[in-house]
Amino acid sequence: MNRQGITRRTMAGGLALVPTGFALAQGIDATINRSQSDRNFEVTERELLAGRLPINSGITLDIPTLSENGNSVDVGIKVDSPWTREDHIRMVHILSEMNPFPVVARFQLGYRAGRADVATRIRLAATQKVVVLAETTRGLIHRAEQEVIVILGACLEGG
Amino acid sequence: MSDLTTRITMPQNASKGDIIEIKVLARHIMERAIDAVGLKPSPRKIIHTFRVSYAGEEVFRMDLSTGIASNPYMSFTTVATETGVVLFEWLEDGGARHTRVQTLIVS
Repeated sequence: MNRQGITRRTMAGGLALVPTGFALAQGIDATINRSQSDRNFEVTERELLAGRLPINSGITLDIPTLSENGNSVDVGIKVDSPWTREDHIRMVHILSEMNPFPVVARFQLGYRAGRADVATRIRLAATQKVVVLAETTRGLIHRAEQEVIVILGACLEGG
Repeated sequence: MSDLTTRITMPQNASKGDIIEIKVLARHIMERAIDAVGLKPSPRKIIHTFRVSYAGEEVFRMDLSTGIASNPYMSFTTVATETGVVLFEWLEDGGARHTRVQTLIVS
């Protein structure tokens, strides 16, 4: 009886350790990490802007206005830039208003990219606004947003 | 360390100074962490970083999140500078690293 009790307690302890170990591993390899879950979209965007006023031009966003399936939404981003060694796009962020994690993706470009022209496929939990911020090497930020109607959202539960 | 099925679309030859487009697709579930009542908890397992180096220099990097669709796809550009190896790296939760190599001939 007693021994069983101890075994059970030990096992419970062991189980409790699993998420802790997992959280540590996440902290090490996850560049876009879990801590974002309790931060909302506005805070994240404000932090990325860091007091700068975004330029509401220069970005060509290619996202369907209506998406049947939120599990895979095509996103294409082009940003105008003189593309010189001193003045080019260095980073492009995709932010989502309603997803559990506001930063969906971050592209790091360099002078050798030649131009800012990237694409990917994202998940959208619900009908929402997708915001793209593009940062130049001179510290300017271009901003574009688009409302996307999502018919079948990527599942929020367990996401 | 499981292997990764990938498809890389890029030209094999280019002229010096050309901007080439590279499209990359990998087969991966991009599993979101499950931590909800009534469901068996499971850790997150996604490709969290994708990076590309060309002739030894990093030319592109993408940080991914659970907001990226399964079978992550990305396209980007790079300037053909010299004949060299283009190294593609996918970093997965749990520490796995998958790589692919392509050669670009620049004339």
